Formats: sequence, structure tokens, C-alpha cells
Amino acid sequence: MRRATLDALLAARAAKRAVVLATRLGDGAQHLWPEEALPGALAEAAQAALDLDKPQTIALDGEAWFLQPFSPPLRLIVVGAVHVAQALAPLAATLGYAVTIVDPRRAFATEERFAGVALNHDWPDEALTALAPDARTAVVTLTHDPKLDDPALDVALRSRAFYIGALGSTRTHAKRVARLKEMGHEDGAIARIAAPVGLDIGAVTAPEIALSIMAEIVQRRRGPKRRAP
Amino acid sequence: MSDDILATAAAWADAGEQVALATVVETWGSSPRPAGSMLAVTASGRMAGSVSGGCIEGAVAEAARETMRTGAPQLLDFGISDERAWEVGLACGGKLKVFVEKLA
Repeated sequence: MRRATLDALLAARAAKRAVVLATRLGDGAQHLWPEEALPGALAEAAQAALDLDKPQTIALDGEAWFLQPFSPPLRLIVVGAVHVAQALAPLAATLGYAVTIVDPRRAFATEERFAGVALNHDWPDEALTALAPDARTAVVTLTHDPKLDDPALDVALRSRAFYIGALGSTRTHAKRVARLKEMGHEDGAIARIAAPVGLDIGAVTAPEIALSIMAEIVQRRRGPKRRAP
Repeated sequence: MSDDILATAAAWADAGEQVALATVVETWGSSPRPAGSMLAVTASGRMAGSVSGGCIEGAVAEAARETMRTGAPQLLDFGISDERAWEVGLACGGKLKVFVEKLA
């Protein structure tokens, strides 16, 4: 790889721009698309690799090309700068997620409690609207407070977020469902919410709950591989 | 994750190291790492990332040293049918192709 190509790739990553590295396997010739133009069929294949978010090897005019997509990181928006969030943020970062913590309560969402994590002090509906969750975004509400969780869930349910989870018991969630219905959400849409949040691994401590949440998010994105015995 | 490896490779090159990049380009069967997985190697022996569960990293690093010397990229095949299977075959029975190139 030419150093200029590597630098362009790293610059695209920093700017959160999706790019595809096209490598001709026969001689190692490389192009970074779309910064560099590619002939029609190759550009189409590059777009397909990006859409699938999966590398592809294709044959074109007798030449093998490896198309490697580099998408911006997945995002995790956490509503509630609570104890579980302190465990969740570093774990999610390790898993490659760009984390934003939303909490208007400045006593909770402090740099001291969340060193190096993006903090947003706006009211959750405004924050979520501005952050605009897309199909590469997970949203988790942790405040336990309907005043904060509900407006976030209201926006999340109207987005394409691939995962929406809400902390709280089955009973708490039943009441939440009733409130979300009053806000005009259909049963089918509300069923998108993972609640109680996280895989049922019997999590007790904050790090364990964080682990169960991230496990469920990974499972939602990748899908389970093995069938139950 | 491969962006961290690329950033590491850039940092190594900035520090004056010779660097090669290895990328899994195709897999068959139960290969431990998917296509797109990357390994950065320096002539001095530093490694970042992975192209397998550790089964073939040694052989890839050896090929990488050759590529750093010659400048010519290589496309390596690993699998149970490989004649070097005893040394560098995949215990899992998978097969994969690894592209090795010099950072120049």
C-alpha cells in the first residue's frame, strides 16, 4: 500500500466518511473509492461492498479485485449517565462503538465520571433528534426515569436504529409500553424495544449488566450462529 | 478494528520502521477471522492485529519480511491441503487466502 493511500484512508476514517479500498490482487495496484474514480463495474461492486459492510473478492476482465469497505464506526447512544453507563461506555468503545452519553443532569454527566466520552447535556428528545440514530446506531436508555427515557425512546422508535434497549423490570416496561402507546406508537414498533435490556445472563453488577447489554447488541447485529441444541 | 491496525502501521512507519500489511481476502469453512482482517508487521518483528487465531501469523510474518525486502506483493494460500499444513495449517480445518503488501 502506498503511504498516500494509507493517509487518505485514515483521513476518511477521521472524517467518518465511508470508503472502499480496491486492491488488484495480481499486482497490488490500489484505489481508494470514491476519492479515486473507478471504472463502472468496479465502482458498482465497491458500492455493494459498502452496502453489505462486507469485503468482497470479484473477478473483472480476468483480474481478481479485493474490495474492502471501511465504514464509520457503529454508534451507541446511552441515555442516563448512571453507574451502568460508566461500565457500558468503555466496554462499547472496546467493541468498536463510538459512544455518546446523553443526560441533562450535569451532576451525573461529568468529565470526571466519563473521561474521554462524548457527553450531551441536552434534553433527551432534542439530543436524540440532533444525533439522528441511523441503521448503524444502537440506543439504550438507563435512567429509570420516564421523564428522561420516554422522550428518547419516542425519537429512537421513529428512527432506523438497529437496537433499542431500555433498562427496567418487566413491570416497569409494561407501564412504559402503555405510555408509549399514548404517545401514538403502535405495538409492533414498541416491540422493537429490548426490555428488560440485555441478554439474560443473570447479570447483577454494573459491569455484568453492561456485558449483557453489549452481548445483546452484538447478537442483534451479527445474529446468532449456532442453533440451540 | 482494522483502522486501529492501519493507524498503528502509519505510526510505525513514521517512527522509521519498515512495515508490511497482510489482509485476509477470502475464507472457506471455519476460518477464525473473517475477510478484511488485517495484520501489520515490521521488519523488526512487531505485530498488530491478526489474520487467524494465531495458527499462521508466523508464516505470514515470514512472507511479509520477504515482501518488505523485494517490494513485491504476495497472495498466500493456507489450508489443510497446503503442503506445509503440518507447520502452518489451520487446526480448525478452514482455508484462507492472505494478501501481503509492503507499506511504501
